[in-house]
Amino acid sequence: MKKSLILGFLAAAGLTAGMASAATLDDVKARGNLNCGVSTGAPGFATVDDSGKNVGFDVDYCRALAAGIFGDPMAVKFVPLTSAVRFTALAAGEVDILARNTTWTYSRDTDLKQTFLGVNYYDGQGFMVKKDLGVSSTLELDGATVCIQVGTTTELNLADYFKENGMSYEPVPTADNAESQQQYLAGACDTYTTDASALHGTRVNLENPDAHLVLPEIISKEPLGPLVRHGDDNWADIGRWVLNALVIAEEKGITQANIDSWGNSKDAEVHRLLGTGDDDMMAMVGMPKNALYNAIKAGGNYGEIFENNLGATGGINIERGVNASWTKGGILYSPPFR
Amino acid sequence: MSSSNFPKEKFRWGMLLSDTRYRGTSLQVITFIIFVAVFFWLVDNTLKNLALMGKDVSFNFLGMRAGYDINQRLISYTNDSTHARAALVGILNTLVVAFFGCVIATIVGVLAGILRLSKNWIVAKLMSIYIEGFRNIPVLLWIVMIFALFTEFTPAPKAFKGDDPQASMLLFDSVAITNRGTYLPIPIMGEGAYWLLICLSLSIISAFYFVRYSRKVKKDTGKGFPTFWISICIIAIPCIIAFFVFGKPISFGYPYLKGFNFKDGLHLRNSLLALTLALAFYTSAFIAEIVRSGILAISKGQTEAASALGLRPNKIMNLIILPQALRVIVPPMISQYLNLTKNSSLAIAVGYMDVRGTLGGITLNQTGRELESMLLLMGFYLSVSLLISSVINYFNRSFQIVGR
Ligand SMILES: N[C@@H](CCC(=O)N[C@@H](CS)C(=O)NCC(=O)O)C(=O)O
Repeated sequence: MKKSLILGFLAAAGLTAGMASAATLDDVKARGNLNCGVSTGAPGFATVDDSGKNVGFDVDYCRALAAGIFGDPMAVKFVPLTSAVRFTALAAGEVDILARNTTWTYSRDTDLKQTFLGVNYYDGQGFMVKKDLGVSSTLELDGATVCIQVGTTTELNLADYFKENGMSYEPVPTADNAESQQQYLAGACDTYTTDASALHGTRVNLENPDAHLVLPEIISKEPLGPLVRHGDDNWADIGRWVLNALVIAEEKGITQANIDSWGNSKDAEVHRLLGTGDDDMMAMVGMPKNALYNAIKAGGNYGEIFENNLGATGGINIERGVNASWTKGGILYSPPFR
Repeated sequence: MSSSNFPKEKFRWGMLLSDTRYRGTSLQVITFIIFVAVFFWLVDNTLKNLALMGKDVSFNFLGMRAGYDINQRLISYTNDSTHARAALVGILNTLVVAFFGCVIATIVGVLAGILRLSKNWIVAKLMSIYIEGFRNIPVLLWIVMIFALFTEFTPAPKAFKGDDPQASMLLFDSVAITNRGTYLPIPIMGEGAYWLLICLSLSIISAFYFVRYSRKVKKDTGKGFPTFWISICIIAIPCIIAFFVFGKPISFGYPYLKGFNFKDGLHLRNSLLALTLALAFYTSAFIAEIVRSGILAISKGQTEAASALGLRPNKIMNLIILPQALRVIVPPMISQYLNLTKNSSLAIAVGYMDVRGTLGGITLNQTGRELESMLLLMGFYLSVSLLISSVINYFNRSFQIVGR
């Protein structure tokens, strides 16, 4: 009797265990909104504006994805996550996708069992100092106290870089950007290191940006991109092709403003992309035919999203640099949509 | 052989629950089955879900290179050390905070508890404010607040620079208080320092025996020595002589400013200070209440009888009240020490690298081994808690024997 009871329980357990199911898209549709993990506050990437609205480069990607699924860019619940908890939150199903300045690395791919959907920003690690520290190169930072966020590639690169150059440092670990910034401003650390893009964004939002300097050296490769957990390839495909669609749209000149004027285009790929032709491409991944049309319409193409959040319009003035389309000398290159 | 005349009732299954002879056992069996089943269900569910994500359960990550640096290390550690060693560094950091936190909390708590009963109105009120203030505000806020005080209102190392510096060191240039921590002189063991340590231990042992002897004399003859001063001499004089005989083997390394920071000296980071003090003050408020209730539990007659015998108030407290109150005070103290130890896991709020920060923070995040890290952490806190309670229970038993 004891045995059969346990077996019964195990069977029940087996049923419930299947609930963390593989069909993320169905779960998202049933819920009626996308759960998107973003940073707790990285200017330009994900912040909350004065009216309480989530804005930023990563935020706009999630809005595009939500627009693709629901036709409504506002059908997203943003979940702010610190660097340290983001992967656990994704693995546990607390969020469907992570768009949170996250660097694509080998061990995150394999050991942490995450699927990266591509690169939406080619970044590198930099250092910010106060100008009156009198330092002009990272190589002068021997013995410095350094603010870093825990659970990042930043802390690993930092250890490698200082060792390579025979320098010592004192790490001051912090949980998030706000804490790092506060420590840095209070002078509890000499320099603050993280992705250079985030440093630029943070700097322009300081009270007196001109008193601070982002040092010229970039000590690592930080290809940032959205990611999902292992185990649902279809969901990964959807996320990946929403990102690609934004890149292709820029390449072809499809913008938020002119997207409706492409009906007579002779370019077959445009019709496949926007769902204006005969082929229903998006049916292959269980999405509406015009999903990518809606995604692009939501916040514009990749170039527009960049400009609105990280460029001059966004107030951060980051150059496109390598993040320009390959047609304009950058390395942004999407596989063909066919 | 049975002497009962009752007819033997035939056993029915229903009797398992209705008959008081069986009920206790059957309820226990049922509880046990449910417990085992729920346990298996949890394990099975976890493993299935892990498998679904393509994860397994393995502790191999502990032997791999950690790759990150830790600022406060009590044992040697570099980023080439293993995750296991990083966990150990974290464990020691946790124990440091727990130990000093408990010591300070006890001292402050006992004082505050006694003073709250003071007949001096101002002292009693001040202590009430202290106790209520710390007890009724979440400890996390105290940690962050004390840390902010330390970092925002102390000078940066840079301020000590130049011919006319804005800040200067204290106590003959031996102590520097900065927004990165407090730097103290550190003893440096030279040749022969071990002889000095041996000499010190011997004198402490002799002082100990002297105290025992003087107690005995006092008991037998009623005459006392100035025990305290004599023991101080027994400890100090041989050590001072030895210090010079062995050619001053212990010197002090004084902190000095070099580059961005102070070098040498003992660096007490603000994260350590803030965390320890906040936990200690917070817990001391609870300890004070325990002490107060322990003292109030001793009947007033004891005090009156003691003063009728002519004892002075502080003697009454030390000889009559506290020894009896201890029996009431010690058991609830255990849970205060346990609380302090467990609350130390809030360390990340101020960037203190305790075991939650290393094993349960960076290691967990870098390796993706959530389940394994959490199990290890739980195992650690459980063992420490059990250890603390058994040590205090041991002491408690010795108090109990004293009682009549
Ligand atoms: N790209 C690095 C670092 C990511 C990271 O933590 N970036 C900071 C830049 S400020 C951030 O987003 N912080 C915001 C937060 O604290 O939530 C990684 O993936 O490990």
